[in-house]
Amino acid sequence: MVLLHLLLAQAAADPTKGLTAIGRGIVYGGAAIGPGIGIGLVVGNAITAMARQPESAGTVRTTMFLGIAFTEALALFGFVLAFIISG
Amino acid sequence: MNLVLAVDVPPISHVTIWGSGPFGFNKTAAIYLFATVATLLIFWLGTRRKDALVPSGLLQNTAESGVAFVRNQIIMQTMGTDGLGYLPYLTALFFFIFFSNITEIFPFVQFPANARFGMPLVLALLTWVIYNVVGVAKQGPIHYLKNSTIPPGVPIAILPLVMVIELVSTFVVRPFSLMVRLFANMLAGHLILVTFASLCAALWALKPTVVIMPFSFLLLVAMTGFEILVSFLQAFIFTILTAVYIDSSMHPAH
Repeated sequence: MVLLHLLLAQAAADPTKGLTAIGRGIVYGGAAIGPGIGIGLVVGNAITAMARQPESAGTVRTTMFLGIAFTEALALFGFVLAFIISG
Repeated sequence: MNLVLAVDVPPISHVTIWGSGPFGFNKTAAIYLFATVATLLIFWLGTRRKDALVPSGLLQNTAESGVAFVRNQIIMQTMGTDGLGYLPYLTALFFFIFFSNITEIFPFVQFPANARFGMPLVLALLTWVIYNVVGVAKQGPIHYLKNSTIPPGVPIAILPLVMVIELVSTFVVRPFSLMVRLFANMLAGHLILVTFASLCAALWALKPTVVIMPFSFLLLVAMTGFEILVSFLQAFIFTILTAVYIDSSMHPAH
């Protein structure tokens, strides 16, 4: 409650501060949509491949981690950008 | 007011700066020193018994299984036998990044040194220099530039656009994304742990909500376990991406 009152007092004093926070949330939330779908596709297809051909699971797992790393980079750009935004 | 104090996280500069200036020594530098010494000690003490065919002891087992892991899971999967010359560098890189990440869950340290982007930037630039030098040395400067900007089988009409995209992606985005991936993953994990720890303290201070605290605490424990996985995975991904980039310079796509 105390924290809420403090936040409200801050927002009343400087209304642009709240807008910056909203902007940060939108930036990270938007940046997480695409990579979320992408990682789902990568891992889902990797699991299908492993289930169809269990002897190739090692190679598929390595490639899966690579694919995750490339896809995840976009979400992390959004994460960093949310920190960079200041107002 | 007690609650605000519990939620409030002190600025990092107040906690970590023990000295200032270019030679200032702080918590991050101390963790990197620990990671360097730990990597050196494992491979120095672990490989002294050259006459012993059967490995014994924690250090020798760690050193040998670490080398075998990097050799079988990273180099053989990406570069093949050509890349075995990079085994010492990649093994050292893997262990150094892992040790500077794993301090995230050490009691009283609780800070992944790679959550500050200085060292990830240096390591990414090192990777950038290595794969460019390897590419120029193996293919010659003209062929290297041609192979890394013109992918095979692209229609001539969209070639200018593809060339610009490939040029930026190979020489700018690669080191930048390597740096950001390591740094942002460790920073995000650290922030999650800090958030749940502060939440536990805040819920403890506010009497009626103390019933929720065990859930927050259990999630903190679970996230700590998850961060062990993340710090291993990020070291693995940084190393394997370095191997992939060197491989793309050694064996260009035809």
